[in-house]
Amino acid sequence: MALPDSSRTWPGTTLTRVPYWVYQDAGNYRDELRQIFEGPVWNFVCLESDVERPGDFRTTFVGEMPVIVVRGEDGRINAFENRCAHRGALIALDDTGCAKHFQCVYHAWTYDLCGNLTGIAFEKGTNGRGGMPPGFSKGAHGPRQLRTATLRGLVFATLSADTPPLETYLGDEIHGRITRVLRGRLRVLGRFVQVLPNNWKLYVENVKDTYHASLLHAFFGTFRITRLTQGGGVLVSADGGHHASTTINRPEDRTSTAYRDQGIRSEREGYRLLDPSLLDGVDEFGDGIQLQILTVFPNFVLQQIQNCLAVRQVLPKGPGAMELHWTYFGFDDDGAEMQRRRLKQSNLVGPAGYVSMEDGCVGGFVQRGAAAASEQLSVVNMGGEGAESQETRATEASVRGFWKAYRRYMGY
Amino acid sequence: MAVIGVASADLQSRLAQLNADYARALDDDRMEDWPGFFSDPCLYLITTADNHRHGYTAGVVYADSQGMLRDRITALREANIYERQAYRHVIGLPAVRGETDGVVRAETAFLVVRIMRDGRMDLFATGRYLDVLVDEGAALRFRERVVVCDNNRFDTLLAIPL
Repeated sequence: MALPDSSRTWPGTTLTRVPYWVYQDAGNYRDELRQIFEGPVWNFVCLESDVERPGDFRTTFVGEMPVIVVRGEDGRINAFENRCAHRGALIALDDTGCAKHFQCVYHAWTYDLCGNLTGIAFEKGTNGRGGMPPGFSKGAHGPRQLRTATLRGLVFATLSADTPPLETYLGDEIHGRITRVLRGRLRVLGRFVQVLPNNWKLYVENVKDTYHASLLHAFFGTFRITRLTQGGGVLVSADGGHHASTTINRPEDRTSTAYRDQGIRSEREGYRLLDPSLLDGVDEFGDGIQLQILTVFPNFVLQQIQNCLAVRQVLPKGPGAMELHWTYFGFDDDGAEMQRRRLKQSNLVGPAGYVSMEDGCVGGFVQRGAAAASEQLSVVNMGGEGAESQETRATEASVRGFWKAYRRYMGY
Repeated sequence: MAVIGVASADLQSRLAQLNADYARALDDDRMEDWPGFFSDPCLYLITTADNHRHGYTAGVVYADSQGMLRDRITALREANIYERQAYRHVIGLPAVRGETDGVVRAETAFLVVRIMRDGRMDLFATGRYLDVLVDEGAALRFRERVVVCDNNRFDTLLAIPL
């Protein structure tokens, strides 16, 4: 008999301690796929513009479940498991395309754009022999269908009948933070995939972790793009699962010595860009918010770093691996100057981003560092013990919020 | 199909030498020499075949001046955190796609192996360089080097230029 991977015992009720087995345990990972990703949550799956016209489809994942997202003849967006009802083969093999219907290549079973099984090759057999039994119901066999919901060009999907409507799931504040950024028709500027050597939660925590931003990312700190001494704060949704952190520029903070006084690595004197056009941002949303990072539990990130806009989709790939799917975008009404500005600022993000490069490796440092520490605990104590919104970013409130939501879904 | 004349054969050998020098600068950790291979202004873009096919203009790296190239190297040396690593570039023979008034277009395949500090080696990227070069007599310089990766995914992070 195989030994359990770990105790899977949660250490008390505090949100300030997290056991390392949660990033390692294979059984816990399988339960996450069932109880979170395939459970009562909204997963980000694609952009509405990816499935513009009837028949347009895109294949992606909900957790590890392959799914097809497709625009139906009636204009609605459907999503269903990319798994043939017959023997389980992938139904669609391309990333994108346009289809009248879907047909599995293995035995030519056919599906309509809602994922209903409509045709079985040789259903009646040949010459009166073979074929499916007369009582076989096509209607009772089909890949699992998901509900979809859209918000300003984003498409979310859920497998559970219990998931509340998307607006309710997000809450007014997070909803408002999303619509603040997604002000027009989106235009994709580029897509990149980053393969990360860590558990998916380490990345989500990293995105929510306002404490690390100017400490790990020396580029940010040096050019005063964000400092803990700047204005801003972190908004945490009531259930803890979603967050939005913001930075508002306060010019007087340029003389702050808070970092230097603590001898922190990210403080570097005299480091200036030869070509500062990289940071030539404009206040396109008219509210002075220079940076907003937002997460929707469990797998969605919306990023506004100056004028560099992107959505990121987190896809788990086993306990110790994940993929991060970046889609950079602007708006249809962007002029040439704005477009060029977005292209330049995209140097800040992505696999080679000046301020995101470290996020690609730091999760792996935790995964490797804690390899033998499954029963040890990590410390999430900055800014207290709660998961409420705070007017500072020197806090781990939104990380604790993540664990509050996570434990509810997982029953810990 | 273009006929390779004497001048073109000479040009191809100059391009091959340029690519060899370019690879040695990056692989021998002389990244400070890398911006010198470009003219100013310039375009250095790392993208993927998928993005290139769709006409998407954003890159993993996007630089349009000498300053931006030099800033990239300064950031890698001074600001960014990544585990110690090195590349081994293997660059194919340049295919000259056109030559007019001292402006040369070339396309060249590449393969980059990444060697991590613990000795692990991975095939990190393959693809083609789509180059526009200016012949400055003494030297050829890249006016444009668009790095079109065959892979649309990048392992962990991309630090050193391709």
